[in-house]
Amino acid sequence: MDALTTHAPILAIAVPLAAAFLTPLVGRLGAKVRNVFVVAILLFVEFLVFTVVRQVLTAGIQVYTLGATAAGLAIPESHIVPVRIILEVDGLGAFLGIIAATVALSGAVYSLSAMRGESGQDRFYTLLLLLTASMLGIQYTGDLFNLFVFLEILSISGAALAAFRTRFVDAVEGGFKYVIVSTVSALLVLLSIGIFYGQYNLLNIAAVSDAMRYTLLDKIALALLIGALLTKSGAVPSHWWVPDTYTPAPAGTSPIIYASSLTCLGAALRIVFSLYGVKMTVSAVGWLVIVAGLLSMFIGVTMALRQTDIKRLMTYHVISQEGYMLLGFGVGLAVLGDPQAVAAYGREAIAGGLFHVLNNAFFKGLLLLTGEALFFALGTRDLDRMGGMGRTMKWTCAFFIIGALAISGIPPMNGFASKLMIYETSYQLNPMLAIVALIVSIMTLASFTKVFQAAFTGPGLPEYRDVKPVPLSMKVGMGVLAAGTLFFSLFPQLVLDTIVYPATDALLNQTMYIGVIMGGS
Amino acid sequence: MTSLVVNAPFVAVAALACVGLYIMVTQRDLIKIVMGVTILESAVNLFLVSLGYRNEGAAPGFTHASGTHMVLPVPQALTLTSIVIGVATTALMLTLVILIYRHTGETDAEKSRRVKG
Repeated sequence: MDALTTHAPILAIAVPLAAAFLTPLVGRLGAKVRNVFVVAILLFVEFLVFTVVRQVLTAGIQVYTLGATAAGLAIPESHIVPVRIILEVDGLGAFLGIIAATVALSGAVYSLSAMRGESGQDRFYTLLLLLTASMLGIQYTGDLFNLFVFLEILSISGAALAAFRTRFVDAVEGGFKYVIVSTVSALLVLLSIGIFYGQYNLLNIAAVSDAMRYTLLDKIALALLIGALLTKSGAVPSHWWVPDTYTPAPAGTSPIIYASSLTCLGAALRIVFSLYGVKMTVSAVGWLVIVAGLLSMFIGVTMALRQTDIKRLMTYHVISQEGYMLLGFGVGLAVLGDPQAVAAYGREAIAGGLFHVLNNAFFKGLLLLTGEALFFALGTRDLDRMGGMGRTMKWTCAFFIIGALAISGIPPMNGFASKLMIYETSYQLNPMLAIVALIVSIMTLASFTKVFQAAFTGPGLPEYRDVKPVPLSMKVGMGVLAAGTLFFSLFPQLVLDTIVYPATDALLNQTMYIGVIMGGS
Repeated sequence: MTSLVVNAPFVAVAALACVGLYIMVTQRDLIKIVMGVTILESAVNLFLVSLGYRNEGAAPGFTHASGTHMVLPVPQALTLTSIVIGVATTALMLTLVILIYRHTGETDAEKSRRVKG
């Protein structure tokens, strides 16, 4: 048990990675065996992730050095800098790990019946497990080059998953756009890693951060990294790939691809807070992030209002909700250099942003799954051709209502709790910010009211008389996310205190992040 | 050695990166876009290798080297990894292009694009 706890960070990455390539072999024994295998692996990963969370919360930042004599030995004797690959899990990594593992689990369970009848399911689960491994890798790693490698694994598996139903031409095009965007972003990340290595001869995040002099080259690297990672997380002005990629993505994978976008957002936070931190001109970068956030919010929601494809509509809300998170982080970042302002509202703003990430991973994932459930049952995503599904698809309807209320920020749902934190804190920086955020929230509600009316209410359409409710595994998949959403709604304070604030403090405490690796200071 | 010679690899990096980005932005043919990505990738790889070069340095791991210093091994390892990853992404991109071609009979992004904002 002790060994398991010590090695949990690396196991959480290695187990799904190894299992991904075992899946086709296991698949030879039959579809049932493979399904059990995949779900068991993901449950085990979930267990490992929570083991890591418990360790981080009780014992502080977890360091795992690959190939060292002791797991916690970051710097070998007779060296002054880390030379090995190091995993460094702090509050943020642990927090995002929960999201990755849980969403992957529910997406996989949902896919069990939703993918029935598709060809090449063995490969589908291989990609799904690869994506899970890469998300955890990005969050747990303390090494820049590792970050790049996992980012590429994430891109390849994500694009292949998005394009999985190759019989739909829009799926293939969505996948193509995604792979181009991801590859270019990853190359920009690699370029900036080269810039760091050229200056400091280091690849470890904490070590580079310690040596950081914020030269002109570092500024270029910062711009490249923020640009690349925000592109991958789907913020305006590089949001154009999001709807095309998410809309045709097959059942159960859209929430996971969404979680992978949030992972890239997490990587951006790691870069901005842990790598650069107060060494950069925080207010300028903060305001840049705020502007990107406001634009994402507003453009996302206005584009969503005019969509009639249910999943496309939801993906524009992905962009809009991303804006809220960026607003929260931007406010926190803008005042990072001022300890008083951080204590007054900066910390709260970052916590609001992080809480919104967590909430979105659940309710947005849930909404994407309900959209896919309607597509599964009706064979169409067009809202104009739906109606009266509330009677036949009761569970889907209930799940949709939970998700829609949460995303629109209706009290007492969790979306309200996190948005309120963002309103309150952004108001203190500049009242206009909170006003825009409020208007966008109202427009979000309007948009989801439209979906609800079009899809679930009204008389049943004759052509859908024979529609059956979705199979059990899809309900379970949605149920996991719905239960999470309700839990966060009922106990927001508990969730905030247990995982969100530790993640926030991990972001704010750059000295600690460096000190754990470099010692002293 | 003049500074021009020392900086020549980096000038090449900048030129390649510009060519790659230019192709991606201006070209509509999907195959050409893939080529643009690959050229950008070569630029980054060249950048990494040039970073690790030391003048008159010996090959890393060469025991009987005459000089006292060697070329940095880490950027070479990074480049090797990056090349391998590049092969995988290029293969995936080309696969998707072929699938699009099968569906539409076109590799022109403007003509084949069904999905509109």
